Amino acid sequence: MTGKLGLDPALVARARELARRAGQPVVDLARSHTTVSVERAVLRLAGVTGADPDGIPWVNRLVDAVVADVGLGHGVAAPVFDALAREQIADVTLLAQKAAAGSVRFTQPTGKAATAARKAARRAVAAGVRQIDRRRAERDRLVKRFGDPKQRPWIYLIVATGDIYEDIPQAQAAARAGADIIAVIRSTGQSLLDYVPEGATREGFAGTYATQENFRLMRAALDESSRELGRYVRLTNYASGLCMPEMATLAGLERLDMMLNDSMYGILFRDINPIRTFVDQRFSRQVHARAGIIINTGEDNYLTTADAVDEAHTVTVSQLLNEYFAHEAGLADWQLGLGHAFEINPDLPESFRLELAHALLARELFPDAPLKWMPPTKHMTGDVFRGNLLDGFFNLVGTMTGQGILLVGMMTEAVVTPWLSDRDIALQNVRYVLGAAGGLHEDFVPAPGGFIQQRAHRVLGEAVDLLERIGDQSLLTAIAEGTFGIMKRPADRGKGLDGVAKHEADYYNPATDVLEQAA
Amino acid sequence: MTEKKIVRPYGDTTGDGMVQVSFTLPVPHDKRAEGAAVQLANKMGIDPAMLVHAKQMGDGFTFFVVYGRVNHLVDLDKVQVVERDFPLLSAKEVNTAVKQRMRRKLSVVGACIGTDAHTVGIDAILNVKGIAGEKGLEYYRELKVTNLGAQVSVPELVEAARREKADAVLVSQVVTQRDAHLHNTREMSAAFREAMPAGKRPLLIVGGPRFDETMTGELGVDRIFGRGTTPGEVASYLVHALITEKKARA
Repeated sequence: MTGKLGLDPALVARARELARRAGQPVVDLARSHTTVSVERAVLRLAGVTGADPDGIPWVNRLVDAVVADVGLGHGVAAPVFDALAREQIADVTLLAQKAAAGSVRFTQPTGKAATAARKAARRAVAAGVRQIDRRRAERDRLVKRFGDPKQRPWIYLIVATGDIYEDIPQAQAAARAGADIIAVIRSTGQSLLDYVPEGATREGFAGTYATQENFRLMRAALDESSRELGRYVRLTNYASGLCMPEMATLAGLERLDMMLNDSMYGILFRDINPIRTFVDQRFSRQVHARAGIIINTGEDNYLTTADAVDEAHTVTVSQLLNEYFAHEAGLADWQLGLGHAFEINPDLPESFRLELAHALLARELFPDAPLKWMPPTKHMTGDVFRGNLLDGFFNLVGTMTGQGILLVGMMTEAVVTPWLSDRDIALQNVRYVLGAAGGLHEDFVPAPGGFIQQRAHRVLGEAVDLLERIGDQSLLTAIAEGTFGIMKRPADRGKGLDGVAKHEADYYNPATDVLEQAA
Repeated sequence: MTEKKIVRPYGDTTGDGMVQVSFTLPVPHDKRAEGAAVQLANKMGIDPAMLVHAKQMGDGFTFFVVYGRVNHLVDLDKVQVVERDFPLLSAKEVNTAVKQRMRRKLSVVGACIGTDAHTVGIDAILNVKGIAGEKGLEYYRELKVTNLGAQVSVPELVEAARREKADAVLVSQVVTQRDAHLHNTREMSAAFREAMPAGKRPLLIVGGPRFDETMTGELGVDRIFGRGTTPGEVASYLVHALITEKKARA
């Protein structure tokens, strides 16, 4: 293989083959199970909107009602559209309201009734998917009109006030100051809510609730900024946690551009049940594929708990698995914002060269993916001066190794949520490095057989060894035994397991039907 | 040299009183803004104040860096801090103390409570990996560590403490807003008071960067650890509180 590291193409191919082998059983599991959140996403595509007076969405009330009558394993689409026909109601949200009041009974239709219900469900869901298609076409138009950022990497900034109406001016200011991508961090704990809150929200903890209305408000504000700035400013949120499929669906409907969507993050860091996560993840990725959304994976997180040198190969393994799962769900390479991070202890000798080796390895393994390069967090202290220097070196690795998306590091990382001035200083740091060394990747060729090449080869070798071990026992066992990020997560434990069901013989999901037909 | 009682900040000469501060004012950058920055610095006790950097950010904000001489004095005799009131032990000494004097494993249960999902603090103290080259409590042979991880509810924590017959409960609060860390800690200590009689209660320890180490009484806990605490300090404290002090009182 060409490239700067002289990687052995046979070994790279072997790594991909092993990732496929490790991931295949998980895909089989995902194809034979459903979850309450997948079913709620189907209903959202079919047009159910809004929430009851307590703020519980009608999709939750409707799925709960169907599950109480017929269980989850048939899928809710057929029972819902069967009831709609029997009750002679045109509006699915109205049916949800009646069901919540207890005035509708659900049954699993058979024969002609089943055929009719499936057909009606498919028609309704196809309309939702068409809406996602329209939003994607709209993005393509706007990108064409306003243009992409002039430089790579794209500059990614985080906004997190808890109040969407505070977030908006902050996001617009960040875009004006140079951000190409705005990520609205979610409120702490939202990932463990088994419903998506409704409406515009002004109360959050260390972040703002992800809701359809908040998505819409922020996207509209950034469209304004895009017009003003003459470049399309992208918007990011999170398809993670217990409502992953619904988040993906709402993102598609409201033209979000990127979503954080890792295959294992929820399992490892939120103790969400592994099966729930893999089922939800596959559906959410199918939606992202259709919506033209770039996913961001979360490998950076492993390095915040495990050692960034000893465990560097687990990042590579996770990237390979994320790539396999993403391709299987229909995502193209340009949609894979595979994550990695600058988290090596700066006191370690040659830490910068090790960072270069790891970052370049990711670049060469995934040449067509817009890799997401994450700043130091673990070794950031209250010493903001040292932190700013560290962020400068992080930016330098980013540009020297051609990363696609650069999350701007804050010198106050370990101190406060970023102040206006912190963000400004951080952006100056990025601009200086990209301005002074933006073309350095052209000159930067590691010496053949030198430190950086050797390190990259070693990490790839360790990744292949680990994948071989996983292949012998299955990915679920590996996760249960704490292979990634130290945490041990058995498949029969974790949050959200009670919302998982195995498909019955007559399981029907019109959304999967429509999404897989396109592929 | 006698020990100084009164000190001033040090720039490059003893007694020069020099400090540096930075801040943002919500005004566009102009002469008036610079005057406003100097006025604020003066009110903070910096006089004369040298405005060395001013930069507008966005429409209506300006960032300032000010150097200057602060006229306040620090009286070292009046400083109040929680000094470490227990000897620092090595891992081996901790293990020996537990083995010889408790004659069983010392059980520790740790968790992040409330909505805080940041396990960096509790993991740094509990995981074998530890922090800054120092191994975490899991590494201590005579300690039995149960790490419940993130977003654990208070009832779950009490139940786990009971199940594990915890001698000590460690709670970490890293990212908090609106004083949630104080609220969560009070809720936790109240739950333990309610669930267990005084003599049977585990030692309650909280840690995190936002805590004031002097607030133990107010929060109903036995000890608060702030920024930069190492696993060795926590282990040494456990021996001190559960073995040395208990024996002394008995």
